[in-house]
Amino acid sequence: MFDRWCFCFIAGCLLSSFLMSTVTPKTMKAAVLIQRWYRRYMARLEMRRRYTWNIFQSIEYAGEQDQLQLSSFFSFMLDNFTHMFTFPPDLISQLLDPVVDPWLDREICYSLILVPESYSGPRLSFPLSVSDTNALLAAFKEQQTLHARYVLQLLYETKKLLKQMPNIIHLSTSYTKEITICGDLHGRLDDLLLIFYKNGLPSAETPYVFNGDFVDRGKKSVEVVILLFAYLLLYPDNMHLNRGNHEDYIMNLRYGFTKEVMQKYKTHGQEILQLFQDVFSLLPVATVIDGKILIVHGGISDQTNLDFLSSIERHKILLPFTETTRFTLCLIVVHLIECFHLEQIVDVLWSDPKIQEGCSPNTFRGGGCYFGPDVTQRLLLQHGLQLLIRSHECKQEGYELCHGGQVITIFSASNYYEEGSNRGAYIKVGRELVPRFYQYQVSRTTRKLTLTQRVRAAEGSALRALKEKLFAHRSELMCGFQEYDQNYTGRVSVSEWALVLEAVLRLDLPWRTLRPHLARLAPDGSVEYQSCFEDMGPGIPLPQVTSNLAETLFRYRTDIEIIFNIIDKDHSGLISIEEFRHTWRLFSAHLGVAIDDSAIDDLARSIDFNKDGSIDFTEFLEAFRVNWQIIMDLLKNAHQ
Amino acid sequence: MAESNNQSAETKLSDVHKRIKAAFETFDNAANNTVDVREIGTIIYSLGCFPSQADLHDFIAEVEEDHSGYIHLDRFLPAMTKVLLEHKFPPIPKDLLLQAFEVLDKDNKGYLEPEELTKYMTQEGEPFTQEEMEEMLTGLADHERNVIYYKDVINQLAIDPDM
Repeated sequence: MFDRWCFCFIAGCLLSSFLMSTVTPKTMKAAVLIQRWYRRYMARLEMRRRYTWNIFQSIEYAGEQDQLQLSSFFSFMLDNFTHMFTFPPDLISQLLDPVVDPWLDREICYSLILVPESYSGPRLSFPLSVSDTNALLAAFKEQQTLHARYVLQLLYETKKLLKQMPNIIHLSTSYTKEITICGDLHGRLDDLLLIFYKNGLPSAETPYVFNGDFVDRGKKSVEVVILLFAYLLLYPDNMHLNRGNHEDYIMNLRYGFTKEVMQKYKTHGQEILQLFQDVFSLLPVATVIDGKILIVHGGISDQTNLDFLSSIERHKILLPFTETTRFTLCLIVVHLIECFHLEQIVDVLWSDPKIQEGCSPNTFRGGGCYFGPDVTQRLLLQHGLQLLIRSHECKQEGYELCHGGQVITIFSASNYYEEGSNRGAYIKVGRELVPRFYQYQVSRTTRKLTLTQRVRAAEGSALRALKEKLFAHRSELMCGFQEYDQNYTGRVSVSEWALVLEAVLRLDLPWRTLRPHLARLAPDGSVEYQSCFEDMGPGIPLPQVTSNLAETLFRYRTDIEIIFNIIDKDHSGLISIEEFRHTWRLFSAHLGVAIDDSAIDDLARSIDFNKDGSIDFTEFLEAFRVNWQIIMDLLKNAHQ
Repeated sequence: MAESNNQSAETKLSDVHKRIKAAFETFDNAANNTVDVREIGTIIYSLGCFPSQADLHDFIAEVEEDHSGYIHLDRFLPAMTKVLLEHKFPPIPKDLLLQAFEVLDKDNKGYLEPEELTKYMTQEGEPFTQEEMEEMLTGLADHERNVIYYKDVINQLAIDPDM
């Protein structure tokens, strides 16, 4: 026994010394050094990835906050003009509501459209079959566009189908099939195709729930939503769509869906948009699985009541600006009741979960609320539910749990902010009602990008966006810096620099960590604050700095564009002088300043540069430039 | 800028505190001044320090809340301040790093084969996990030749601005 033990011992020693022969103290030290260095590098990378994420998210939410400004301006404008001016009555509705065209409710709206022989895209036949959806998939992969006639027909059929559906859809799992739940897609066709590839096409064996926000931001919103509607028509019992806050007229104007439709469908774009809006307003707002899992796009509030939600006539609700709807509803004089209906739906489409208890208004989004774990708990108990699945917020891993696992956020648009910014995910749920998560990330390049490359790309994008913000607030920032720099040395301390940025931009970001990318240090360690506004890297286009004006226009150009788009009813890119005149009177009314009709006429004529009797967006913008002081005050008032 | 020594020491201290808090907050997901203990390494690295795994373990033992898996800012701040002010865990100079690679490159080829690097990184010193190793190879290997030109790598990865 001892001999055997001895032998093992000696053999062991020999073996380990054999292994150790490659290892000298020197190589071990070298290895340790390299490991330490590399780990530090990776940790820094992780740090950069996180703050890049913060930048994107802060800017996105701040952008939505600007939306509030615009909406309150609109409501003031429309509230006031009725008793101040005599307007052609249809201008009111024209400014707000999409033109309700009875023509579009009739079948012949699409059947009269001729499809030329030369059209090589899919020719759909209704009722749809699998060959139609396969044809659509193949066509969209080849970058083809579906002919307007089929788009209209598809929308018409979808509208008919949705009219029969309740506000809340009830589903059951079974032992043989799991339900797949997807979050925001935002026009990312690649992500949708990837989900279908990984998880299977929608069918009786593979039922799906898509939780809203199919359109806007991405470039293929049309294709995404056509596919979703096609599968809805094909498998109405196995394909379920919830409405998101982006399935809405005004959001589409701002975030790109309207533009995409008009670009792809130059002749019939307007009719197509109209039908889209009808269909969007008919989408159900919630889905419940086995009476236990509630799926809505945004979230809930402390007022949410599912029974009540079931009973509303959802297609009559106009979203999302509470104020403008208040205005239109005043006309109908069912103000109070409809307001409450509206709020129920707005809550469900716009709310976000928060960590603290309670329910507070969601000032960032301009609608809905922030709901705490107690609100979730109460609702789940009240309706015998066990889980709330929602979307609406981008998450780095594609999904996130909160409220002790009672709320899941699921987001299906990978690389939402930038290549490499985040994964997408979907959930599968079977009889046992335990969610399983599947993640993915679409890659534009076939070569696998390293983490470094992805972080660098995303970071570059985020920093560019941030620098634009700095530039847009240049004068306010300079004022702030100069308060700390009374002697005009051009320098402030890093702390002071961070304080000013925080105060002016109101973005919750790690400014000290970002400092090397945004501003130069002087030899004594203080910040040369003017360097914030310099071109600090290659490829950043720097707008000409002439005055406060350039900044103002830069900052508000999106809002100004939206105003233009709303006036430009037929989305032709032009507004008539008459329309311009009316709108300008409204602007002045907002100020409470009586303005001469002839002065407006002069203005209108003066900005119509090419004298063709109509005004395009550049000329419109010029009108703002000419009267920027007025506009500045105007928008400041809207703030209050 | 005629400041007394006391004042500038104070400002320096408060700046250090602010840096530490900023780094901490990035990982404080629940906004309650605690972070997951697994993030501590990242936070310390991001503040410019180079602790070894052993150093990290010691540090964590000092500041962790009784094996709860969480570290509170109240304990992290003083410990980290000490680390920064005393320049514990200093950075690795580039030439030393180059020498380290040259030690591993026994045949003086000017590059390392993936298998060579893997052997050293996963078996010696403070070994890498498989995940770490895969990411390192993907990140550092030359795409065409599939070897690691360590001199280029050192220069490449050092381009990032120091924070």
